[in-house]
Amino acid sequence: MTTSVRQDVLTAPRAPDGTAAFDRAIATSPWRSALGVLARDPSAIVGMCILLVLALTALAAPVVAPYDPRAQPDILALKHLPPSLGHPFGTDYLSRDVLSRIVYGSRVSLSVAFLSVVVAATIGMGYGAIAGYVGGKLDNVMMRVVDALLSIPRVLLLIAVAALWWDKLGLPGLVLLLGLTGWFEVSRLVRALVLSAREDEFVTAARALGATDTRILVHHVLPQVVSPVLVAATLAIGNVIVIEAGLTYLGMGVRPPNASWGSIFNDGMRDVAGAWWVSVSAGAALVITVLAVNLVADGLRQALNARQLPAR
Amino acid sequence: MRRFLARRLAHGAAVIFIAASLSFLLVHLAPGDPFSSTLDSAAISPSAKAAWRAAYGLDRPLAEQYVRFLGQLARGNLGPSHLQPGPASAALADAVPNTLVLMGTALVLSFLIGIAVGSWQAARAGSRGDRVMGATSLIIASLPEFWLAAMLLLVFAYRLRFLPAGDVIDRVMYESMSPAGRLLDRLRHLALPALTLALLSSASIARYQRAALLDVLPQDFIRTARAKGVSDRLVLWRHALRNALLPTIVLLGLSLPTLLGGAVFVEQVFSWPGLGRLATAAFHARDYQVVLGATLMGAVLVVVGGIVADLLHAAVDPRVRAR
Repeated sequence: MTTSVRQDVLTAPRAPDGTAAFDRAIATSPWRSALGVLARDPSAIVGMCILLVLALTALAAPVVAPYDPRAQPDILALKHLPPSLGHPFGTDYLSRDVLSRIVYGSRVSLSVAFLSVVVAATIGMGYGAIAGYVGGKLDNVMMRVVDALLSIPRVLLLIAVAALWWDKLGLPGLVLLLGLTGWFEVSRLVRALVLSAREDEFVTAARALGATDTRILVHHVLPQVVSPVLVAATLAIGNVIVIEAGLTYLGMGVRPPNASWGSIFNDGMRDVAGAWWVSVSAGAALVITVLAVNLVADGLRQALNARQLPAR
Repeated sequence: MRRFLARRLAHGAAVIFIAASLSFLLVHLAPGDPFSSTLDSAAISPSAKAAWRAAYGLDRPLAEQYVRFLGQLARGNLGPSHLQPGPASAALADAVPNTLVLMGTALVLSFLIGIAVGSWQAARAGSRGDRVMGATSLIIASLPEFWLAAMLLLVFAYRLRFLPAGDVIDRVMYESMSPAGRLLDRLRHLALPALTLALLSSASIARYQRAALLDVLPQDFIRTARAKGVSDRLVLWRHALRNALLPTIVLLGLSLPTLLGGAVFVEQVFSWPGLGRLATAAFHARDYQVVLGATLMGAVLVVVGGIVADLLHAAVDPRVRAR
């Protein structure tokens, strides 16, 4: 496909209306052209700016946070203080500053989500590529297994695995768990893409030239898979942030002394009728992040022209 | 149609068989066994522990345990719930109807809202109203279930004291209510949890419906209908929507796992005694049989719901039957 675009660029000097028939950037690199589309999409830019600010805040947490997130200065006099200038988001049931806890919590929430999606995307790409490329009976069996795994609601699957492994489940375990339950859809997507890429004529040509299966898969098939997977993975980050927070709210995710936004939400639910600001601000942090991720994913989908992907 | 049904049932059965096998594998890959948390105490003698494990067949070879597990499962026997009286299946049987009521209501509401909003948007695509609605549904789709549930709880139950805060019925007053009063009581308890779930999934349904209608509207038969003088409203609702509903019906089966997953959190916030709340409680009590049973039951609900959705799809679209 890329070769034909280059051919057209070489042979078509000008379009009738006088503009260049093809943006030269499109012909030189699909990635650069995608970046160009993305840079002209205001909502994607807003999303990226929000994510950038969040990432910087997480990195610079000790500088940004006004208080020590674990300090409990006075659990009787200073507990459940409503929002004020000194404590913009109030204090929680142990007199801890909610803003500082949210700033530090972003480290856990964001890194757990990001790392587990990396795990999920890696497994999903490997599994889907093998199923799609080998095909036949193996493909059939592998995809039935994915069907079965997809038919179990992910939250219930997570509860079951977390129940069995609870004693060994630290933060790395949680990342692994979220990754191991997140690759099913990616693998289905990759399989479908590989299946169609396998039929491409340049793959036949490569095979005729004597390329090995590994070479064809790595050099000719997988590059076509990367951009749809990137969009799916971006959407998945937003999903996983919410799932992790939900699991933590149910008491099955991040455990003290670590705290994610889910932990702060859970602390607030002890007395949501009285001290509403704890859960509301933790939730607002979640909503803003997920919204930003979804805006970026929407922009990426359009920029990479990966329209076959489902909307969230 | 019969062949379509048979193929779909066989596929569903295979999926449930694999899910059951995986859950067996999961239990046996995990450290210890279902008894280790309750039995591993110095106060219990090794012979007593061995006797307990032997009573549940845990000392047998793995292959034999697997066959036994499948056999028991086929008879609906999930083993004893060792932290609450009675078999695990009894606890599930109490919870499933509540979850079905919640999910059924949410499903119907979400499709009604989603289809209406999506069609409304498609009829004026590109207008300001369309863009505002689109942005609103993107925001709603980004809300975590438990957070929206907590906010509705806070506003409608705690602040306005307009609706009850949790449970399926008013446990104190229910017995003394008239039949109509009981129904109203159930509906009042159902309102907030069902609305939470429905709002969230209606957002993505609206996006699908809008896209599906926009695919149909430029087609020739729509132009023909317009040319014949059919009014815009009739074209939209009678001619276009009927065809644009097909992709949305496919969404019905696909939305079930997400809906059930969301129900787990919503049930927790509103103390709704369903499958999700049971699984959560069993998790904290280390009651593996009930946790696994709830998980498998979730898979069964999704598979059966998927088959029903596919049949519905086949009923309205003859092309699906032929495939």
